[in-house]
Amino acid sequence: MSTATLNRPDGAPARSYPAYHQPLWRRALMTREFAVIALLLVVFLYSTVSIPNFDGPLTLYYLFLDIAPILLIALPMTMVMITGEIDLSVASVVGLSSVLVGVLHQDAGMSIPTAALVAIVVGAVCGAFNGFLVAYVGLPSLAVTIGTLALYRGIAVGLLGTTAVTDFPEKWTDLAKERIFGDGTSYPLILVPFLILLVLFVWLLHFSAFGRGVYEIGLNSEAAHFTGVNVELTKFWLFVMAGVVSAFAGVYYTLRYGSARGDNATGLELQVIAAVVLGGVSVFGGRGALHGVVAGAVLIGVISSAMRLEGQTVNLINIVIGALLVLSVISTSFLAWVSARLPARGRGRGASATPSNSAGTRPLNQ
Amino acid sequence: MAEASQLTLELEGVTKSFGSVAALTNGTLRVAAGSIHALVGENGAGKSTLVKVVAGVHRRDGGTFRFHGKDVDFHSTAESKSAGIAVIYQEPTLFPDLSVAENIFMGRQPLGRGRRIDRGRMYAESEALFQRLGVRLDPRRPARGLSIADQQVIEIAKAISLDASLLIMDEPTAALSGVEVDRLFAIARSLRDEGRALVFISHRFDEVFALCDTVTVMRDGAHVSTQTIAGTTVDDIVAQMVGREVAELFPKTPAPVGDVVLEVGGLSSAGVFHDVSFQVRAGEIVGLAGLVGAGRSEIARAVFGVDGYDAGSVRVLGREIPSRNPRAAIRAGMAFVPEDRRQQGLVTDGSVARNVAGVIRRGLTRAGILTSGAENRAAGPWAARLEVKTNALDMHASTMSGGNQQKVVIAKWLATEPKLLIIDEPTRGIDVGTKAEVHRLLSDLAGQGLAIVMISSELPEVLGMADRVLVVCEGRITAEIDRAEATPEAVMRAATRTQTHSGEQGDSEKTEVPA
Repeated sequence: MSTATLNRPDGAPARSYPAYHQPLWRRALMTREFAVIALLLVVFLYSTVSIPNFDGPLTLYYLFLDIAPILLIALPMTMVMITGEIDLSVASVVGLSSVLVGVLHQDAGMSIPTAALVAIVVGAVCGAFNGFLVAYVGLPSLAVTIGTLALYRGIAVGLLGTTAVTDFPEKWTDLAKERIFGDGTSYPLILVPFLILLVLFVWLLHFSAFGRGVYEIGLNSEAAHFTGVNVELTKFWLFVMAGVVSAFAGVYYTLRYGSARGDNATGLELQVIAAVVLGGVSVFGGRGALHGVVAGAVLIGVISSAMRLEGQTVNLINIVIGALLVLSVISTSFLAWVSARLPARGRGRGASATPSNSAGTRPLNQ
Repeated sequence: MAEASQLTLELEGVTKSFGSVAALTNGTLRVAAGSIHALVGENGAGKSTLVKVVAGVHRRDGGTFRFHGKDVDFHSTAESKSAGIAVIYQEPTLFPDLSVAENIFMGRQPLGRGRRIDRGRMYAESEALFQRLGVRLDPRRPARGLSIADQQVIEIAKAISLDASLLIMDEPTAALSGVEVDRLFAIARSLRDEGRALVFISHRFDEVFALCDTVTVMRDGAHVSTQTIAGTTVDDIVAQMVGREVAELFPKTPAPVGDVVLEVGGLSSAGVFHDVSFQVRAGEIVGLAGLVGAGRSEIARAVFGVDGYDAGSVRVLGREIPSRNPRAAIRAGMAFVPEDRRQQGLVTDGSVARNVAGVIRRGLTRAGILTSGAENRAAGPWAARLEVKTNALDMHASTMSGGNQQKVVIAKWLATEPKLLIIDEPTRGIDVGTKAEVHRLLSDLAGQGLAIVMISSELPEVLGMADRVLVVCEGRITAEIDRAEATPEAVMRAATRTQTHSGEQGDSEKTEVPA
């Protein structure tokens, strides 16, 4: 019985394993991601019921318009952070892309789509530069992207000075504020490209071999290397993606506000990282999921718009969101603690259902 | 000399177990003041554990431990240090960005007025120490960039400044050149003449015989003998080190040997290994034997492509494999179970299923989509074949025992259906039952035509399993021994190569230069 052998024919392996050691409800509900989703629902319901005007169509519409850049950039940022790296230069790429759209449209006479395309290519180059320094030169991403945060912002401001380009065709600025289901509804058109990118990133992170490699790099990059994961190339592409999506967000930002400025979206990188961390991504890498991150970004948006409707100041909103972020990090440890206490019962059941596995039973909380 | 009052260190029947593994069953060591005592034994004989008990890293489970005739019991390295015990490891751990003097006086810097660190006195005292040791080192320079020999000198200087009465040197000469060894020996002799006791751990018998007065042999965690150097020979010591029956434990059933699967030609990597050539055929288990640090693992890593190499070629089934490309090696049919299970072999915070399906997952993708379900279905049968003990496929590998983790790693690589399996330390740190399972499995796999390269520091394992043994010493293959002629003595002799230490070192440096 205890002989490991390959001689067994393909059928009838001696032992079979259940796929999961916990029932579905516990796997789904006892997670960091679900905690954020639940909190989002609670805050949303509370705001709808007790804050005047929160249930009006304009509230959600402006909420989505405002957080669209955060939602967009959070997608690649999640993957970058799961590998254990970070990209602080994303907001500067937004600014650079914004300036490029303005300058190329006004001074070079390019159409908006052409200018946007050039801006996105430049975003890819910015990301590739970050990725090259981090993945192939081996520099820490924190240092590299603090540097390029200043560098890309500097180029943006240098190109346009302190002036702004505001002369955009109405057709395009209106498009940025268009609604999906026509006038009076709550969902702006920017959600369509976001949802397309969301599907793409969910596939890439959760349903592809590439995504498995991303998690392995974050958990143990040496083991990933020994398993044949191309650690350098994976990181490189993630930074390129961050550059591309940030540049796209820059195009949207420009058209939405009808203004291309060098200081557009200053500080946005911290809001993106706050949403990603709130959504359950570990800053040490290896942990996190996109549904949590999306919920985290929306939660921040809901809290700020609800408080704004209540007439609170920006300072107070920042204090609440900051406190929430700290609490959420603490809650991860708390959830782990609860998880470690709970299994005593759950596992007892699991073990009796599959007696052949009792030998493998080991306490989870060591 | 052996009078009890003059003994600096007395260990008698010391035992130490880690979980179910007994690392020391009878650790006995008596070191007299003013002598240099050699401690020899195979890898895993318990020398390091014994040293760690003395140094206060581990606490003994039983036995007596006397230091200067008094019973002692150290709870930490700090306690053993303040009692006057210094341990100098093969690769010293200094703070690279601090100065030499700061490293020597770390944590006990001389203070001047206003509790400020008195750098002048620190430098002066360091200079005095180096003068006493007869070496020239600038106490002001940072430790970074110093040779290992110089780093050891700093450790010795630290020990002397602490007025240690017992110095233990754990394979101090492994990374030293001939001149540096001579300097170290001169220092060791002068310390002995000051009346200190020294313990010298080495695999090089020429050094043991040149330097030491007394030698203690250990095997399987137990004391075998203690003799004066004058009263023994190299052959005696080798026989005592390996004296144990090999035959029964490790059954390799003979298998028909097929075509050449792996062909390594002239593989070299500067300073790591030189001109390594060998072939492995289908159905054959080739053992790579040698001491820890001889370069066996490094050769395996270069062959698989996780490390690069400077010259040479690796061919699998006649096709050349590009350097530094594990993925190409995997595609060609190579599998590699690395030495360090937790760091390299698997992702301990990943699930069993994801670890087992880790290499084959690209092939599990359907219509571009990889699901956990597909991974579970693929991983289940492989985990079952290896009898991995786990509750469910989503359990993290970190919750499992070492033996089970090793099975997960082997399952992960067998799932790729390889032609060649390189397995580094297949049974390190796993229990006896699983060990036998792994051996039977390797034998089965060879019987089915897999070519296997097995690296092991356990001599009996190599001798029992391998059809051929390649002995690696200081980065070179020094002997190729067939199963019939493979005796522990023959392998140990090739692995320690007593005659060549200073002569060949020069040669190897000469051949390195053009490469």
